[in-house]
Amino acid sequence: MAIHRFYLTYSQEQIKEPVIYQVARKYDVITNIRGASISDHIGIVALELEGEEDVIDEAVAWIAEQGIKVEPIQKNVIE
Amino acid sequence: MSFVTGLKCRECGESYEIAALNVCEYCFGPLEVQYDYAGIKAAVSRETIEARPQNLWRYRELLPIETEPRIGLYSGYTPLVKAERLAAELGVDELYVKDDSVNHPTFSYKDRVVSVAITKAIELGFDTVSCASTGNLANSVSAHAARAGLRCFIFIPDNLEQGKVIGSGIYKPTTVAISGNYDDVNRLCTEIADKYKWAFVNINLRPFYTEGAKTYGFEVAEQLGWKLPQHMVIPTAGGTILPKVAKAFEELIDVGLVDAAPSRIYSAQAGGCAPVVNAIHRKSDLIEPVKPNTIAKSIAIGNPADGYYVIKAVEKSGGWGESVTDDEIIAGIHLLARTEGIFTEPAGGTTVAVTKKLIEQGRIPRDESIVISVTGNGYKTIEAVAPGIPKPQVIPAKLSDFDALYEAAGEPPLSDKAVNG
Repeated sequence: MAIHRFYLTYSQEQIKEPVIYQVARKYDVITNIRGASISDHIGIVALELEGEEDVIDEAVAWIAEQGIKVEPIQKNVIE
Repeated sequence: MSFVTGLKCRECGESYEIAALNVCEYCFGPLEVQYDYAGIKAAVSRETIEARPQNLWRYRELLPIETEPRIGLYSGYTPLVKAERLAAELGVDELYVKDDSVNHPTFSYKDRVVSVAITKAIELGFDTVSCASTGNLANSVSAHAARAGLRCFIFIPDNLEQGKVIGSGIYKPTTVAISGNYDDVNRLCTEIADKYKWAFVNINLRPFYTEGAKTYGFEVAEQLGWKLPQHMVIPTAGGTILPKVAKAFEELIDVGLVDAAPSRIYSAQAGGCAPVVNAIHRKSDLIEPVKPNTIAKSIAIGNPADGYYVIKAVEKSGGWGESVTDDEIIAGIHLLARTEGIFTEPAGGTTVAVTKKLIEQGRIPRDESIVISVTGNGYKTIEAVAPGIPKPQVIPAKLSDFDALYEAAGEPPLSDKAVNG
């Protein structure tokens, strides 16, 4: 089992979608919200995902397919 | 003697021992080095610092190292150029350029942060250093690792231009090109950092790495005669340098090396990648990531790690943020070259152009001291300006041909006085 940590950035349209609930139903991952900032313009959620490496990869790919930006908590590390 | 007391989460305040650790286990906030400022105040003076070698370690009490510096012995203490001809062009009284385009050994401000990070890596017992970078950072990590005799891994996107690869490859790191979109490459790099436990200078060593950026601010204050500039324009990429210059100014005041005085700090970004400036303009501290599209590639970071802290530092100082178009950036590079004889990369063109814009907007008054940050060297990015450089005129090797060319150009014929004088 592995634990990975991400920032999810939602646009205004996506904020209403229960994506974290859905990802936990769809994939065998444990979700743990560790922080969140929401404005009327944008939503940012710090999320921990626990599961097998390949399942986490699939879960992340699915979240990204929903139009939500998924990044490591270090954000952009390519400088 | 070290005055470091530990690491502390910038968000929840949780304390940690010194280690290769960058994120709070509880809230995921970034960790920051803590110091005993009362001890530093008792230990340093302007005179002790001025008597030391002219490198970034002259401020070592305010840097997070425990032992003697191993590398970076020629890094830092770059010129603060009094830019009188540029000041005249911009219509201001007192203007300076802090010129890290001549930083040793790889010609960018990254030599500061990497010197500190790799010194810390050696102290912590690492034998391998690494980073994910498309340019200046990779150059600097590779060069410093070579000098320190450390193993070095550089991760790059697989579509990077050959010229950029050579700037690091010459130092013989192991370079790994990763295919995929930016987000995939970015995520893989953090996973490698998690798994391999090397010293990733801007990931697990980030608290120490970013502290090196303070030396840029310390030097500006010292070179101004131990006072703060009234206005300072700084580029924003990952968001390292601006908050750390602000921290440097606060520390200099705290330890009694400069008098407290208003010093406004401005964030400069390219219009094609301005997530921080956009947030400042929205009066929000939430950054909306962007997909970069600018020639200023060294500052094209769509979701900066420390962008939030840039906004906070700008706000606290009473500054502002502005962005400029690629055309304005190119014009900024030419303007600096033409007036001051300094050839900077597009990041420097950005700060010059943003400074011009802020002066024209009236946000920076014309009669107060201004420092423009130049953080990289134009010789690394000649493709950005090459189209605007006229080709030389070719003539046969005869004086009469040159005379004809000179007269055709509308110049007066050479007089004896001009030739002899």
